[in-house]
Amino acid sequence: MRTVTIYPDMREAVAQIQDGATLMIPGFGPGTPWNLMKALYDQGTSGLTLISNNVGFPSGDPEVRTVADFVASDRVAKVIASFTASPRPSRVSVAEEKVYAGTMQAEAVPQGTLAERIRAGAAGIPAFYTPTAVGTLLAEGREVREFNGRKYLLEEALFADVTFVRAWKADELGNLIYRRAARNYNPVMAMAARTVIVEVEQPIVRAGELDPDHIHTPGVYVTGMVQIPPDGVFVVDRARSMGSLVPDANPSRQSS
Amino acid sequence: MQMSEPVHLTREQIAAVVAQRMEPRWIVNLGIGMPTLASSFVTPDMEITLTSENGLVGYSALAPEGLEDPDVVNAGVQYVLLEEGAAIVHHADSFALIRRGMVDVTVLGAYEVATDGSFANWKTQNDGRADLGGMGGAMDLAACAKRVFITMEHLTRDGQPRLVERCSLPITAPRGVKLVVTDIAVISLDDQGFVLEEYAPGWTPGAIQERTGAPLRVSESLRPIAV
Repeated sequence: MRTVTIYPDMREAVAQIQDGATLMIPGFGPGTPWNLMKALYDQGTSGLTLISNNVGFPSGDPEVRTVADFVASDRVAKVIASFTASPRPSRVSVAEEKVYAGTMQAEAVPQGTLAERIRAGAAGIPAFYTPTAVGTLLAEGREVREFNGRKYLLEEALFADVTFVRAWKADELGNLIYRRAARNYNPVMAMAARTVIVEVEQPIVRAGELDPDHIHTPGVYVTGMVQIPPDGVFVVDRARSMGSLVPDANPSRQSS
Repeated sequence: MQMSEPVHLTREQIAAVVAQRMEPRWIVNLGIGMPTLASSFVTPDMEITLTSENGLVGYSALAPEGLEDPDVVNAGVQYVLLEEGAAIVHHADSFALIRRGMVDVTVLGAYEVATDGSFANWKTQNDGRADLGGMGGAMDLAACAKRVFITMEHLTRDGQPRLVERCSLPITAPRGVKLVVTDIAVISLDDQGFVLEEYAPGWTPGAIQERTGAPLRVSESLRPIAV
């Protein structure tokens, strides 16, 4: 079976990513490829379309680069996410600033629709119907169709040039295992891009050492991997992991 | 009715009231903020399964200090405990579980709730822009869960009612809300609109109606909130 490229460091792992690329970034707190994101940020790549759960706020830490850090430094042409705006009227997000200034586009997508659009891309399905967002502003002017007496909204698949992945364990063939809720978007995004670059927490093992029944992502999807170095980013605290964005839909918490 | 100084429920008390309204063996999804506090009031004998958007099927309370696992978080990215027998799925499967209707109730925060069961919680202004918002998983949950419970303050910071005839903000879903728990009342929704079920200590139906932007019918079994 085919082995995959193992990059010597993060910098080499992201070197192939071109300006203007469409990039998927998994993570929901845990499961975020922090080391690859930092390397890409430091490389200065721009004109990106980023597909991620949320945009959030800049981290304020040069070792940790959130989607918002890319937005703040004008590297992003478009974001596709389930949180593109601050939930607090008193706090305008960097994404809102860029959209108002006309320098970036945004697409706000319900989280389950976002995940399913990625899965559809991963599965070779061009579009699907979902009941989510029917009857809301998001559905205005779009195709709604009735099945069995219920209305559904047409949604199109997402497929990227590149996806980053954060894995717990990997073997030399690129077979991947995720840990706990760090799994989140990783398995579906790993199947929905032409180039799949993985940062791995545990030492990469030889083929045959991982139980085939336990593999979450088969190595055939993986382009290359890089071992997170001992001084790399392993755990990012809760607030910074979402770029301090964790929204609170409870209005009583909207402090000015 | 003995009158005393009107009491506003705390966030924890609101969460506790919501937890009391859950039925045994329900599959429950708790939204970010006040709703997640309800996980601390769900007792094991209820055999409730808590799920979160990021793929946990079977978690319990917030993790006490020292027992946090950095890879085990709820929808608000708070560290929680996995229950014995928990399972984990990826994000698309987590929403597959939601979309096919497995969730008995989703508890969400909101800016406004209207008499038709619609509610608004994804945009803070009515600017007509679909590109800027923060719905997270709320639209999927509201469209697909069997019922929606809302926790929110009864009034806005400016003293305006959040329970209204029609939402002024863009709605998250056109229907679905069955129960609203605020700092002063528990209100159910039926085909005709709002029904006052319970009141916080010291409040009268008249005082609650004054703070509500649509007619409030009073339940035959009106009672004080047990706090």
